[in-house]
Amino acid sequence: MAGLAIETEGLVKVYGDTRAVDGIDLAIPRGGVHGFLGPNGAGKTTAIRMLATLILPDAGRARVLDHDVVREADAVRSLMSLTGQFASVDEDLTGRENLRLIARLYGYRGAAATRRADQLLEAFGLADAADRQVKKYSGGMRRRIDIAASLVVSPELLFLDEPTTGLDPRARNEVWDIIRALVNHGTTVMLTTQYLDEADQLADRISVIDRGRIIAEGTSSELKASVGSGTLHVRVMRRDDRDAARAILTRELGVGFDTTHDPQALVAGLDDRSGVTRALTALEDARIDLAQFALGQPTLDEVFLSLTGHAAEPGDEGEAAA
Amino acid sequence: MTAQASRQQEESAPRVEAIAAALVGGSRPSRPSPLSSSISFGWRALLKIKHVPEQLADVTLFPVIMTLLFTFLFGGAIAGSVDSYIAYIAPGVLVQSVLFITMYSASTLRTDIDRGVFDRFRSLPIWRPSPLIGMLLGDAVRYSLGAAVTAAVCLLIGWRPEGGFLGVLAGVGVVLTFAFGLGWLWLFFGLILRTPGSVTAVSTIVLMPVLFGSNIFVDPSTMPGWLQGWVEINPVSDLVTTTRAFMNGTPVGPELGVTLAWSAGLVAVFGSLTMWRYRNPR
Repeated sequence: MAGLAIETEGLVKVYGDTRAVDGIDLAIPRGGVHGFLGPNGAGKTTAIRMLATLILPDAGRARVLDHDVVREADAVRSLMSLTGQFASVDEDLTGRENLRLIARLYGYRGAAATRRADQLLEAFGLADAADRQVKKYSGGMRRRIDIAASLVVSPELLFLDEPTTGLDPRARNEVWDIIRALVNHGTTVMLTTQYLDEADQLADRISVIDRGRIIAEGTSSELKASVGSGTLHVRVMRRDDRDAARAILTRELGVGFDTTHDPQALVAGLDDRSGVTRALTALEDARIDLAQFALGQPTLDEVFLSLTGHAAEPGDEGEAAA
Repeated sequence: MTAQASRQQEESAPRVEAIAAALVGGSRPSRPSPLSSSISFGWRALLKIKHVPEQLADVTLFPVIMTLLFTFLFGGAIAGSVDSYIAYIAPGVLVQSVLFITMYSASTLRTDIDRGVFDRFRSLPIWRPSPLIGMLLGDAVRYSLGAAVTAAVCLLIGWRPEGGFLGVLAGVGVVLTFAFGLGWLWLFFGLILRTPGSVTAVSTIVLMPVLFGSNIFVDPSTMPGWLQGWVEINPVSDLVTTTRAFMNGTPVGPELGVTLAWSAGLVAVFGSLTMWRYRNPR
C-alpha cells in the first residue's frame, strides 16, 4: 500500500530574519483536496515550493509520494506537477506551443506532442485560442492553460498555488470544476488559498497556516465546530443602540459579543443555542430595532479570526515569490 | 456587441468529461535525453524570436552601428585610412558585436524567472541544465545572425578577408565557442541579481573593460605598460588574435588554445556556480 501523499517533519525555511516556514509537520493522505489556508505572507507558497523541489528546506524533512524532496527530488518531480501562483507558462508563446513544449519535455515526440497538446486544448476550452500568445489570454484562460500544462502527463499529486486569485466568479467556478474532475480521477490536489469559501467548497481537509506555522487542522466542519456550535450575528438599526444591545445579549446569553468594523454589528460564537429566543424577546422589550438577527454555522472567516486573533483579509499584493 | 460575442465564443468553457478523458490519456512516454530536452528549449527560444522579432534589433542594428562607427571613427586616425584599417578591425568588431549581444542572456533569464515560467521548468523531471543550455543554444542563433550582419557590413565597406569564406567561418566558430562560455557568466548573474535592470548594469560594467581593454581597436604596443599587462591577460585579446588569424589567413598561434581553455574554464566555473544556484535560488 502506498504511503502518504505528503509527509513533513519540522520543515523550516528562513529568509534573512524571517522564518517564512517555521516548523511544519504534515501528514496528508492520498486522494482528495488538501487545503492550505492562510493570509498573504503566511508561508503557504514557501512551503509549496519546498515540497515541489523548487527550493531546499533549511531544516526538517519532507517526503512527497514516498520520496524525499531533497535526496530524491527527481523522483518527486516525475510524480507531481506544479501550477504556480504566477503564470507558469511562457506568455510569449501560444497556448499550443506551450503545451507542445511541455509534452516534448516529457518525452512525447513530434506529432504525438501536438496530439497531446490539442487534446488538452480541446478539453480546457482553449482550442479556439490555441494559436494566440498566452499574454493575450484572459485571466481565466491563462489559469486554464496553466493547469493544462500541469496535466500533460497525469500527475499523482498536483500543487495549485492560489489557483483562483484574481479571477472573476465564472472563471473561478470553472477552475473549481476542473479541480473536482481531477479529484474524481484520483489525483491528489494540494491547494493553497487565501479564500475561505474556496477551502470550504473544495478541501476535504484544511491546514490553517499563519506566520509559518500550522495553527489548526481538520475538516471544514471540525474547524467550524472548534469555535462553537454556531455564531449569532446581530445588526441594530441605529448605531446608538449597539452598546445597549450588547449589554442585553451578554446578560441573556452569558457570552461576550465582539464588535466589528461595522458600527451596527455584534457577533458572538455560541456553545449553546438555548437562550437565543429569550435574547431576541429581551431586545424587543428594550425597543431596540434590529436589521438582522441571524444564527448560523460560523464561517471560516470567523474560524480564522478566533484562531489567529486577526482577520484573514486578502491583500492586494501576491505573496512574495520567494 | 460583435466583439463581446466573439469573446464569448473564444472563451468556451472547459469540459469536465474531456478533461477526465485527457487525464486517462496521459500515459507517460519515456524520458527524453539531455540533448533532446536541451533542443526543445532551444526551439522555445526560436519561437520567442518568431513572436517577438523586435528582440532581433540588438543583433542586427547594433552590429551595423558599431561597425560603421568604429571603422570610420578610428580608421583614419589609427591607420591613415579606412581601407588599410578594415583588415585589422573587421574581426575585432565582429568579436565585439557578438560578445556585446551575449550580455542579453542574463536579462532574458531574469525575466523568465520573474514571470514564473522557470518554476514550471524546474519542477519537470528533466536533465537539470537543459533549460539553460537550450537558452544558450537559442542565443547561438542570435549570435550567428549578429556575426553575419557584422561580416556583411564589413564586406560592404571594403573588407576582403584573406582567409576566404572558410577562414571567416572558422573565426566565427571560435567566437561562438567563447560566447557560449561567456554565456554561463551572464546566466549566473541572471540568477543572483534581482532585477533585469541590475543585471544589465552589472553585465555592462564587467564587459566594458574586457572589450575595450583589448587589442580590438588598436595595437597594444602604443599603450602604457600597465594597460599592456591587462590586454595581455585579457582573454578577449587572445580571441581577437585567433579570429584575426583565421580571417586574414595568417598562421594561427597558441592563442587558439588559450581561447578554448578560457571557454572551457568559463563553462566549468560559471556552469557549476549557475547550476548550484539554480538548484536553490534565493
